[in-house]
Amino acid sequence: MLKILKYSFFDLMRSRWSYVYFAFYLLLGVTLLFLNSDLSKAVITLMNVIIILIPLIGTIFGVMYYYNSKEFTELLLAQPLKRSSIFLGQYFGVAGSLSLSLILGLGIPFVFYGLLNSDAMGEFFLLMATGVSLTFIFTALAFNIALYNENRIKGFGMAILVWLFLAIIYDGIFLMTLTLFSDYPLDKLSLIGSVLNPIDLSRILILLKLDISALMGYTGAIFKQFFGTNWGLAVSTAMMALWVVIPIVGIVLKSKKKDF
Amino acid sequence: MVTITNLHKKFGKNEVLRGVDLNIDQGGIFAILGPNGSGKTTLIKCILGMVLPDAGSISVFDKNIKKNPDYRHKIDYLPQIANFPGNLKVRELIKMIKDLRKPTTEDTRLIELFKLEPFLDKKLGNLSGGTKQKVNIVLTFMFDSPLIILDEPTTGLDPMSLIRLKELIHQEKNKGKTILITSHIMGFVEEVSNEIVFILEGNIYFKGTIPELKEKTGQPDFEHAIASILKENHA
Repeated sequence: MLKILKYSFFDLMRSRWSYVYFAFYLLLGVTLLFLNSDLSKAVITLMNVIIILIPLIGTIFGVMYYYNSKEFTELLLAQPLKRSSIFLGQYFGVAGSLSLSLILGLGIPFVFYGLLNSDAMGEFFLLMATGVSLTFIFTALAFNIALYNENRIKGFGMAILVWLFLAIIYDGIFLMTLTLFSDYPLDKLSLIGSVLNPIDLSRILILLKLDISALMGYTGAIFKQFFGTNWGLAVSTAMMALWVVIPIVGIVLKSKKKDF
Repeated sequence: MVTITNLHKKFGKNEVLRGVDLNIDQGGIFAILGPNGSGKTTLIKCILGMVLPDAGSISVFDKNIKKNPDYRHKIDYLPQIANFPGNLKVRELIKMIKDLRKPTTEDTRLIELFKLEPFLDKKLGNLSGGTKQKVNIVLTFMFDSPLIILDEPTTGLDPMSLIRLKELIHQEKNKGKTILITSHIMGFVEEVSNEIVFILEGNIYFKGTIPELKEKTGQPDFEHAIASILKENHA
């Protein structure tokens, strides 16, 4: 698997898209720091961009890579290699190179700005950690979608739908439920609802870390009470890990059953 | 060497293999023939484990392939259509495959045999179909495995390369290897193969030597013998 990861990774590192993605984050980081002297505020703005953009890029890039590397995959399948290592190698190659673009693109301007000596360090690290997790989650989802759909138009369509659902529609449904049943105590429900969606979970973790939960009113207080504890932290970390592990297991299982 | 019993495979509603029983002994060149869509490639891919059969069992080197995935290391496989990553150079590709499988020095001899030196630093996306097929052949033959499976090896080759390929196949056979070939070029099949396996509508229609086939169909030459089978069965 490591050898395939190496080839996928270096193949991607040579591709134009990795540089575009890297340059975008670099530009975003530099602009934000230039316009905004407050690191904490820059982190919030970054969060808003990252939380929507990373899942989008992860799914689209994942699906695109799978379909575009069909020839490479066929070549590998003709060799005596384990299927799971072929697909996992490619998956980690894609997710790894996307994560690297993110970390370097944002890390470089922040380090130059003096991140290492500031108190926003913890927040920035949390942001990077959730960003990397989201990259791994959505790239894995994309590989699953592509493995199940031979037709690339269908695959792309479904990838966009998954992103749209988790990034936007889920929140809509969630808010609607909260308004509809506003006469009932909903703190538990809203807690469960946000833990289940990796995008919401990341957002809340960052907001709580930034200590602006007071802005969220009563719900914020409950969230703080839950996520602030060690148990809450364990639950949310476990949830993020599950979101990574389950689609990866999906890749392994589907690749074993597929005909090539 | 290869034993297949009651192999079934469906793709959706299309039943490609309908209970194939086949036994291939060690040593010799076996040609798998049949009209388009008769299931030749599917059969080969089942032997390689790339297509998973719905029913039936396959043993390679006397071991059931389901439980022993390591058998693949002893097979060299030439895929039908040479699809390579377009942005890799020929040299890089050969190096990569060696890195993924095992080290070998055979590639230098094969590159020379097929006159591929001028193309080593060209990208695979810019090569002609025939040159790609030569690269494909180099990748297949550079590992010295006891079982070689060639799916349409002659595609796109010029006459000179075809002669070299035939010589290469003979050399490998003389080393005692087993070689499975599919091809639609009857002249090629007649020249190289010791035994033929004819597949029709997902079943083995005939297995034996070319003289036996001629006798069975009552035709004086091989090409007509094959044509008469196809005519009789409306394929």
